Amino acid sequence: MALLSYERKYRVRGGTLIGGDLFDFWVGPFYVGFFGVTTLFFSALGTGLILYAASLGDTWNFWLIDIQPPDSSYGLALAPMREGGFWQIITICATGAFVSWALREVEICRKLGIGYHVPIAFSVAILAFVTLNIFRPVLLGSWSEGFPYGIMSHLDWVSNLGYSFVNWHYNPLHMVAVTFFFTNCLALGLHGALVLSATNPGKGKTVKTPDHEDTFFRDFIGYSIGPLGIHRLGLFLALSAGFWSAASVIIAGPWVRSWVAWWDWWRVLPIWS
Amino acid sequence: MASYQNIFTQVQVRGPAEMGVPVEGSEPRYELTSFSYWAGKIGNAQLGPIYLGGLGLLSLLFGFLALFIIGMNFAAQVDWSPIAFMREFFWLTLDPPGPEYGFSPFVPLNEGGWYIMTGFFLTVSILLWWVRSYRRAIQLGMGTHVAWAFASAIWLFLVLGFIRPMLMGSWAEAVPYGIFSHLEWTNNFSLIYGNLFYNPFHMWSIFFLYGSALLFAMHGATILAVGRFGGDREIEQTIDRGTATERAGLFWRWTMGFNATMESIHRWAWWFAVLTTLTGGIGILITGTLVNNWFLWAAENGIAPPL
Repeated sequence: MALLSYERKYRVRGGTLIGGDLFDFWVGPFYVGFFGVTTLFFSALGTGLILYAASLGDTWNFWLIDIQPPDSSYGLALAPMREGGFWQIITICATGAFVSWALREVEICRKLGIGYHVPIAFSVAILAFVTLNIFRPVLLGSWSEGFPYGIMSHLDWVSNLGYSFVNWHYNPLHMVAVTFFFTNCLALGLHGALVLSATNPGKGKTVKTPDHEDTFFRDFIGYSIGPLGIHRLGLFLALSAGFWSAASVIIAGPWVRSWVAWWDWWRVLPIWS
Repeated sequence: MASYQNIFTQVQVRGPAEMGVPVEGSEPRYELTSFSYWAGKIGNAQLGPIYLGGLGLLSLLFGFLALFIIGMNFAAQVDWSPIAFMREFFWLTLDPPGPEYGFSPFVPLNEGGWYIMTGFFLTVSILLWWVRSYRRAIQLGMGTHVAWAFASAIWLFLVLGFIRPMLMGSWAEAVPYGIFSHLEWTNNFSLIYGNLFYNPFHMWSIFFLYGSALLFAMHGATILAVGRFGGDREIEQTIDRGTATERAGLFWRWTMGFNATMESIHRWAWWFAVLTTLTGGIGILITGTLVNNWFLWAAENGIAPPL
């Protein structure tokens, strides 16, 4: 089952970024490649460290396992393993695994002769991760600013971050990011629904055409962006959601005390004051 | 990399406006069309035509009435000063009635009556627009998937503004109409009920919301990447798989060991989007009605540290 009926002719040599033919093979459905090996290395090491750090913690409750970053007293220095060192190495492993995965996607794109849109899109997600757990801690001078690795503990971190700026909903870039998330969800629902409604018109009826799709949306809201445009829009909305989320966090530092009070500038604009 | 990456349309071909598939036995479309060069950069340049019919006109009328009432309330709050309206806009709010009125529909206008009326008009407007989405799909011989996805969003809207306030027996529970005031409502809602992050349905809703961003990034990027093979012709590729679909599928198969098909990716998309508001609505509905403190609930159920 690993090989689809049409797959053999696509499995060609070459297209690698590094290593030539070394690791240029598949295991089951998975392509390996040099970056597959580095992905495996970083993810195995990182996952192993998570499990080891968890074993030193006081619970195996899946929800409560918690691997915290170092205390602020360590600043940007390396911390002892049991006092945040695990978190630091896991962060390195995670970043290494994410970047390896993106580069492996690039190699797969080259083999298939397709554009690099997916790895570029994924790199925005990686950017969001390193913004939260590397760039912002570095800017603030302490690894303790990073979020912990744990299901509930990272939620607590988000909650506490929000309230330490009084009310995070007033963060203007958070507003932008949430708007993109909601709009993305709306557009995704509409796109999925439109394609399904054309290909699944009901028993005994003929599958409909892109003309029907355009007609439905023009009738419905007066505009149809079209079958190519919706994918450009969707990619833009999704990447914007991730990008502005990261931006909304990195602008939150010691220079802002309260996002509620931040808006005072609006009321003292020269136009009306 | 310097080659064409399918981000913008480079050459726009423009003919007469397409007036749409003929529909029998329906009111006519408004044949208002124009072309936008900038819309044409990413999608279709053509704007319009639109079909409204009786339902569409009524829906717009009720929607306008709701917005008009909100706007007039805002204006009254700043003593009809246009400049103060702009200055205070984000802080202005049309609030629901206080708890002393319970869930009574008869509330003095300036003490929440306007709010109830706005909610009623907005609901009528949205429900009429929903009927349009359903009927137009039937008239065009298409499935009603858009309507049911829309219904999931309406579910969340109704839970927030009507069903939950009804179950709680108080209009005061409803979300106010205002930029900062609805954010305050959200913030307070979480604080009052012991941190919404511990609400499992909130977790599901966020999961599907973020998953929707992930899916659209993956899907949009995949289709653009195989655009040179005609990957954006999704209906044709669904019926008669071409090399675009094969490459798109193999990309994900080789990357993560699994791939959707040209049709099934749209089922993933539909479900993720629909479940975002469906689970979100459930999470809101059971807060304060079934569960009063999500942190305590989590502690009792082993997903927060025992107290």
